Amino acid sequence: MRLYFEKRKTSSKIVLICVPIISLVISLILTGFLLLVFGVNPLATFSAMFNGAFGSSQNFAETLVKAVPLMLTGLGVSIAFRLRFWNIGAEGQLVLGGVAATWVALFASPYIPAFLLLPSVLLAGALAGAAWAGVPALLKTRLQVDETLTTLMLNYVAILIAEGLFYGAWRDPGGMGFPGTARFPQAAWLPRIYGRVHYGLVFALILAVVLWFFIYHTKWGFELHMIGKNRTAANYLGVNIKRTILVSILISGAFSGLAGASEVAGLARRLQEGLIQGYGYTAIIVAWMAQLNPFASIAAAILMAALLVGGDQVQMMMRLPSAVGLVMQGMILFPLLAGSLFSEYRLRISRTRGEETP
Amino acid sequence: MEDTMALQNDLTPVVEMKGITKHFPGVTANNQVTLKLYPGEVLALLGENGAGKSSLMNVLVGLYRQDEGEILVRGTPAEIHSPKDAVQLGLGMVHQNFKLVETMTVAENVVLGLKHLDFIPSFSEICRRINTISRQYNLQVDPRAYIWQLGVGEQQRVEILKLIYRGADILILDEPTAVLTPQESGELSRIIAQMIDEGKSAIFITHKMEEIKRFSQRVQVLRKGETAAVLETSKTTPSELARLMVGREVLFRLEKKICCPGEPVLEVKNLCASNEAGRPSLQDLSFIIRAGEILGIAGVAGNGQRKLTEVITGLDRADSGKVVIQGKDMTNRTPLDLIQSGVSHIPPDRISMGIVGDMSVASNLVMKEYRSEPVVKRGIFNYKEVAKSAKEKIDAYNISTPSQNTEAKFLSGGNIQKIILAREIGACRGLLIASYPSRGLDVGAMEAVRLQLIDQRNIGNAVLLVSEDLEELITVADRIAVIYEGRIMGEVPAEKADIKIIGHMMAGASLKGAAQAAAEAELGEDGI
Ligand SMILES: Nc1ncnc2c1ncn2[C@@H]1O[C@H](COP(=O)(O)OP(=O)(O)OP(=O)(O)O)[C@@H](O)[C@H]1O
Ligand SMILES: [Mg+2]
Repeated sequence: MRLYFEKRKTSSKIVLICVPIISLVISLILTGFLLLVFGVNPLATFSAMFNGAFGSSQNFAETLVKAVPLMLTGLGVSIAFRLRFWNIGAEGQLVLGGVAATWVALFASPYIPAFLLLPSVLLAGALAGAAWAGVPALLKTRLQVDETLTTLMLNYVAILIAEGLFYGAWRDPGGMGFPGTARFPQAAWLPRIYGRVHYGLVFALILAVVLWFFIYHTKWGFELHMIGKNRTAANYLGVNIKRTILVSILISGAFSGLAGASEVAGLARRLQEGLIQGYGYTAIIVAWMAQLNPFASIAAAILMAALLVGGDQVQMMMRLPSAVGLVMQGMILFPLLAGSLFSEYRLRISRTRGEETP
Repeated sequence: MEDTMALQNDLTPVVEMKGITKHFPGVTANNQVTLKLYPGEVLALLGENGAGKSSLMNVLVGLYRQDEGEILVRGTPAEIHSPKDAVQLGLGMVHQNFKLVETMTVAENVVLGLKHLDFIPSFSEICRRINTISRQYNLQVDPRAYIWQLGVGEQQRVEILKLIYRGADILILDEPTAVLTPQESGELSRIIAQMIDEGKSAIFITHKMEEIKRFSQRVQVLRKGETAAVLETSKTTPSELARLMVGREVLFRLEKKICCPGEPVLEVKNLCASNEAGRPSLQDLSFIIRAGEILGIAGVAGNGQRKLTEVITGLDRADSGKVVIQGKDMTNRTPLDLIQSGVSHIPPDRISMGIVGDMSVASNLVMKEYRSEPVVKRGIFNYKEVAKSAKEKIDAYNISTPSQNTEAKFLSGGNIQKIILAREIGACRGLLIASYPSRGLDVGAMEAVRLQLIDQRNIGNAVLLVSEDLEELITVADRIAVIYEGRIMGEVPAEKADIKIIGHMMAGASLKGAAQAAAEAELGEDGI
């Protein structure tokens, strides 16, 4: 008996679906061991996590609240990843989107009619996110600067700008010591659907459908595939690679910027520390887990949000660090990356020759 | 025949494949194929595109696993699960599409994957050994060069060196000469002969009839995954082989209407271009192609052909000079501008440039049409039209694929080339640039492509045909220009072309000088 890998002849659809699920299971098992080390019952912890995330309508609402920015940023980075443009700057694009939205809500509002204020706030967020992504995209297409570094570094810049503003220039003097800006005028609030779940959810769902349509049914999507899969061929076939990358990355950034704007306008209704949650990084896991498929991104975002919310619950109920949820998120990524091995190879078992030939 | 066969029957084959069957989704690549390779012989493997030659060899070297059948190496049953197992059994393969890592050096590629070595020798030790082999076989390769710096001919040498370095004594060569110049393939035949003298054996896949004669003692013909015949090379003829593999008679000579050129379609005027290192690769090059004629460019690969076609198609830049297409100055415009002005281009490397392997056959077939109706309407794809257009092309060009939705990379080498041909010829509106269009095609498909090129000319398109195959140039082209070090050495009408004169020009002689040299050579022969 011998085990060996054989290259698959076709990328199997079933495997594509199984890999994320198996990754989740492996991550559960690994975290289970970790929990045993902490001296708690893993099954009880998992069920507490599950209850925390889905157990009641309030809990589920909280999961959705966290899922919304993950959906938007996850969809955004998946566009970039399709082009093999490693945009890991969704965090910065989200934060800067929040900053721009805040500026419009607080300082431009006197000049904007009330009914246009909310759209302007959201648009400003999207534009700021696009601009923030546009910088690395330009550097990449004009000067071949590696985008992994630039997008990552711009995250820190965006976060520092935001902190500088809500700790400093834009800090609300009436905030009783809490760092943060003043509250937005009511016309700039993004309405809520249920509990704290705001209309950002609807945007995310609509955008997932739109994105799916664009990717699989339009010229732009076709060119996206060509560039992502064989750049030399795309160039030879007349695709304007630089322009397509630039446009796509602007859109990618706009998704994250919109996430930031809908966070500030829909949740805190002010700019404050709560915006900077690392959603933009989790978005990378969401996009990979969904294998860049828009609908799967929605599901993956909910799952990741559930791990976050469930993790918080576990902290309260089982006196465990809430990082348990984060650890699980991380542990999903590894089997996921390893899983790409299984989508290209399959494990085969062979018996020795002697048994086969009598 | 009997006596040699009897002799061979006494010998144990070094490789014996028994009843090999290999299925892929939608196709049976090999069906109960039996193959024997005797020590010290070269067995040619012949068959149409998609007949299953590469698949059978990939089974032998452990890249694929057969669904049925068994393999004996030197008489003992062998379990070959990975290329590593194959290396240990002394099996080595040069693949149809080279498998070298572009960003690594020659030396690194040679030792790559040799994990079973107990120790990794130092880099300089590897280089030393490579140099020894280079000298022994007269294979010129710089072990420190990066793969991306090498031309295909040199990459081929690296592949062979890799086999020798690993001690392979059963060599499998999958269309090794498809990308070689006649000189390089001459060199290859010398190397193979030397290895056979040393007692090695080889399986040699090719579509070229004269190579079967030159290289092999026996030939096995595959047809639709099954063995059609096993013959002794000396007792067969090209037309018999062609009939066996294609199932019909193949014309080796083509009928051509007289050419009646019209308006100039492509005018290249004093074109100069340089390579990355800044050295000139095109020097003051000029020619005209008119509607309804085919200009052949003959030359040893690496003399600026690629630069020329890439500058014309907008993939590369000219330093000076002009490219005028249908009266419009199109110098240094984008590839899209050129596509839109009716230029089609069959590129020299099909896998890396010609197709997007991870996309479906249908998608690849419409990659020239997706900018306009009916395939795309207002930016939105009409998949019914995509399927329709793809089906037409698959039928017209006889592309063998399990389905339209199969990823293009899973097709056989020749069928990939057919996808490109179908797409480019289908989209041609004025100028067709074809670099080595029949490379890797079986004789039947080769004939079809040549007829297609002539067809394009007959309907009034201009064709620029770059090829190393002088036979092809003489049968297909109307005029032949010879390129050497980025210059046109001279031009001759195809019907008056003399292979010897062209040969001299390809080596750098002017037209006059070449004619003289050829005449002298003839005298010399007469003298003997
Ligand atoms: N990895 C694969 N997945 C699916 N189908 C495959 C794969 N490899 C080969 N095939 C199919 O098997 C058949 C035989 O292919 P193969 O590459 O062996 O042909 P070939 O005789 O080498 O042809 P060529 O002369 O064009 O190189 C083809 O129909 C091809 O599409
Ligand atoms: Mg082949």
